[in-house]
Amino acid sequence: MILELLTYLLKFIGIILLQVLVVDNVELSSYINPYIYISFILLLPITIKPWHALFLAFICGAFVDALSSTPGLHIAASVLLAFVRIHYLRFATTKEDTESRITPSMSKKGIVWFVFYCFSMTLVHHTFLFFLEIYGFYEFFSTLLRIILSTLVTVMMIVVGQLLFYNTKISNG
Amino acid sequence: MRNLIFFIYRYHVFFIFFVLEIVAFIILFRFNNYQKASFLNYTNGVAGNFYNGVSNTQEYFNLRRVNDSLQLENARLRSQQITSYYQNNVSISSINDTVYKQQYDYISAQVVNNSVTKRNNYITLNRGRLHGIEREMGVISENGIVGIVMNVSDHYSTVLSLLNSNCKISAKLKKTGAFGSLVWDGGDPRYARLLDVNKHVPIKVGDLVITSNFSTIFPEGLPIGKISDNSLDAGDNFHTINIDLFTDFSTVSTVYVIRNLFKQEQQALEQTLPTDKK
Repeated sequence: MILELLTYLLKFIGIILLQVLVVDNVELSSYINPYIYISFILLLPITIKPWHALFLAFICGAFVDALSSTPGLHIAASVLLAFVRIHYLRFATTKEDTESRITPSMSKKGIVWFVFYCFSMTLVHHTFLFFLEIYGFYEFFSTLLRIILSTLVTVMMIVVGQLLFYNTKISNG
Repeated sequence: MRNLIFFIYRYHVFFIFFVLEIVAFIILFRFNNYQKASFLNYTNGVAGNFYNGVSNTQEYFNLRRVNDSLQLENARLRSQQITSYYQNNVSISSINDTVYKQQYDYISAQVVNNSVTKRNNYITLNRGRLHGIEREMGVISENGIVGIVMNVSDHYSTVLSLLNSNCKISAKLKKTGAFGSLVWDGGDPRYARLLDVNKHVPIKVGDLVITSNFSTIFPEGLPIGKISDNSLDAGDNFHTINIDLFTDFSTVSTVYVIRNLFKQEQQALEQTLPTDKK
């Protein structure tokens, strides 16, 4: 249990550092702003208590906010993400998944399931985030383009991350 | 009563979600307004220290470029020095100058964090309140303007970059003196837009755009950029002018914060104007 908490703490610190030190500094285009820190929320265990997930998302968003001078923006988006995720997982998981306490990762649920899960969750998060950032529906189409491109890049980065770091688990399981 | 408690328990996830979202929105609306910020002042200090460490390592990679730009600037300043002028009159009398009084002074700072690709970009500087920086001071680089100071902690300050939807800067065309407001539309960080220039004003590509004398933030006449193209739709009353910015935001590293010594005086005077409050 303690070990599990420690791994999640390390993952948390690692993913936020990766977000603000590396991904935020990669200047691909002003239409591509990937936010990979949401993979921390996406990869929480299926059986985690819903309110735990909400508070973790809140803390995660607060850290990213503090490090990118955007008070409240990422908090709002990631809490929404955690809430939508609870309901998504209720429909998209089987009873065996819940009993074996798995995380919703690619190695456990397969690539199609995982990509679809990632894509829909990221789309929710990015749509909310980018419209809240611009605060209004002017510049609608450029924001839409920004959402779609950023979502694609974020999903791609998360999937590649899964392939890199969870490779061993596939061969084990 | 029991039913109420049961109801809240049944939907507790939704209630927690609701409360957390409200907290997030309170933070968003209270602290995003750049006049009032205490949350940011705190996180500014922490994040500033963090980014200072990061930029200390990154600085080594930029040393050559920074040296070049500093050398250029040194050369320019040296040429403006009194010793590089030929003195025409032989007898020099020193007088207490009452005609020219210093209005602006400049505080140099290093950029420790910066972004150009987001819709709302911010810059963090390694100078803060202890160095004399206050909110709403202008920030310039050696080439042109950069932004406006938004929040200040003891050792760091965050700057609302020109590349931000909340940033509007009063600008004018050098040739005709026509005013407009400078905004960034979220695309290419090398270009910004000058709005509200009346259609009767002649526009020529390549004309210089400078800061206007309307604000207490920037001195008049600082270079911003030059006109790259403009369009005037039929029935439109205002030009839409694209401006090629002089400041390269993706590489800006040494900046100067402008302190207006007369700012308080001007604002105090303007506060006495009658307003429409009821």
